[in-house]
Amino acid sequence: MGKKISILVVDDEDSVRDSLTNWFLEDGFQVECAENAKKALQLLEHTQYDIILADIKMPGMDGLEMLKRIKALKTDAIVIMMTAFATVNTAVIALKDGAFDYITKPFDPDDLSHLIRNASKQISLAKENETLKTKVIALESVEDLIGNSQAMKHVLDQVESVAQSNASVIITGESGTGKELVARAIHANSSRKYYPLVSVHCGALTESLLESELFGHEKGAFTGAIYNRKGRFEMADSGTIFLDEIATITPKMQVELLRVLETKTFVRVGGNKEISSDFRVICATNRDLKTLVKQGIFREDLYYRLNVVNINVPPLRERVEDIPLLVDYFIGKYCTKMNKPIVTMDDAAIKRLEAYSFPGNIRELENMIERAIVIGTEKRIMLKDLPFGKEMIDSSVESLEDFERTFILQILNKYNWNITQTAKALKVDRVTLYNKIKKYDLKPD
Amino acid sequence: MINQTITLTAFGYFGKSFLDKVAEAVKYEFPFPVRIIESHVDLAEYFDPSRRQYDGNKLLKSVNKLARQDTGKTIGLFDVDLYIPILTYIFGQAILNGETGIASTYRLSNEHYGLEPDHELLLQRFTKVVIHELGHAFGLIHCTTPTCVMRPSTYVEDIDQKGLHFCQQCKGKL
Repeated sequence: MGKKISILVVDDEDSVRDSLTNWFLEDGFQVECAENAKKALQLLEHTQYDIILADIKMPGMDGLEMLKRIKALKTDAIVIMMTAFATVNTAVIALKDGAFDYITKPFDPDDLSHLIRNASKQISLAKENETLKTKVIALESVEDLIGNSQAMKHVLDQVESVAQSNASVIITGESGTGKELVARAIHANSSRKYYPLVSVHCGALTESLLESELFGHEKGAFTGAIYNRKGRFEMADSGTIFLDEIATITPKMQVELLRVLETKTFVRVGGNKEISSDFRVICATNRDLKTLVKQGIFREDLYYRLNVVNINVPPLRERVEDIPLLVDYFIGKYCTKMNKPIVTMDDAAIKRLEAYSFPGNIRELENMIERAIVIGTEKRIMLKDLPFGKEMIDSSVESLEDFERTFILQILNKYNWNITQTAKALKVDRVTLYNKIKKYDLKPD
Repeated sequence: MINQTITLTAFGYFGKSFLDKVAEAVKYEFPFPVRIIESHVDLAEYFDPSRRQYDGNKLLKSVNKLARQDTGKTIGLFDVDLYIPILTYIFGQAILNGETGIASTYRLSNEHYGLEPDHELLLQRFTKVVIHELGHAFGLIHCTTPTCVMRPSTYVEDIDQKGLHFCQQCKGKL
């Protein structure tokens, strides 16, 4: 561990404080002492310690009371209690109140070393956990939202600025653009990141199921409700709730939702106790909510309640420059997942992808890459590995000649430039095929 | 490291050759003159009847007072059972970056553990404790290198497992 572990020794006996100080200094720790609980609590107001070693029996405030106050300070310090009067009772009380361990004075040198070693290990683990959490969050938010395009940079800027607030967010965008990833990035960058992000796909549930899903239910509320169940709003307490396909909810649910958003309280289905929950709401839709409001399908008051901030995720065809980055990301993701060596994608295949309109957006691109890695046997993903059938050659061809050129190249690639097989597939003779290759200046990749 | 003398002050009964060998090993580890002197304290003052042991903290303070601090580091050598209030026993202790330390043979002898006497092993153990405490007096903290003499030892077996010398890293810090 880079930083020295700091220890606070709290004991009313000089000799104990001196001995422990000397012992810990020899072990390379940073040590400070307090002769009573009051002094210790004063020190804790402005100094963080990794370990607090405190005597239980002290004049004035005793160690157990001090332990409670230390815990109330919500410090991360590990507290070890020591006493000359070993009773199981005090040990149990100390442990129940959150002490890490308990040791009886005088202790065996090895017991003390062992105890401090364990506490140090715990501190290392907690610090490592904290570092990893930060790394994972950083990776999640950076890795998931990929793009160098202006459109995507704008989205990332919006995510960053909105994350720290508690404002409701509506994420709009075509299907498959990564709206849920944007919601995850907002949550991961917010102060609620250590609490849950609860997702609900409103479109997949009927009204009554959605009601029970969101608000929870009491045992016996309806047939099949054999247990009390927490709702998603309850689960999202201190965290974020993500309501996908918000445009699909019924008028009755819109009223219920509005009420919950206004009061942050609700009652479980079949229950009568009001439950409060502190959540942030993020919604997503691929439909134009404003139009739905005009048509009277979506409540205007709910729309304004939800639409404090609107983030529009651009479709893939509007950020073509991100395709190579996305391809690399998905290749890495699936090759690792399938335990295959990392492959690359042929330039012609990339160009073809860049020319495609991607009605299914990133989800479609992801599926294409996954498929290509599953069926591909070479070190490179070629155009033939991508599922571009005749019906897909639409956006890049603007003339019959273009179409013929692209189609012949596609079939040639499919048969690895075997002229006989390609000619047979195209139902032309080999001479005609050679003439076409010459005419369009076709070359193997 | 400034030039200073290391003094081994015997407060109990130790054979001359025993002390000479300890001094020789100490001299090998530290580039300073090592001298052996004999001294006396009334151990009864340090005895705790309830624990049947001698207070290491008080002894350390007395050794510190007796030592001629301008001459360098002093280790008081004892043959009684040492304790400090918080621990059941100690093999020795020193003031980190201080002038003095203490060490005792009491818990280092095989006889203490019901085993056959082994004079050579006792000498080795005691020498390790003396060098270890001197290391602290010179500002060294505990080391994790298994063979380094600055590795902490809470059992006599731990002392047997480590070496008689400083590791390169600790040597560099001296």
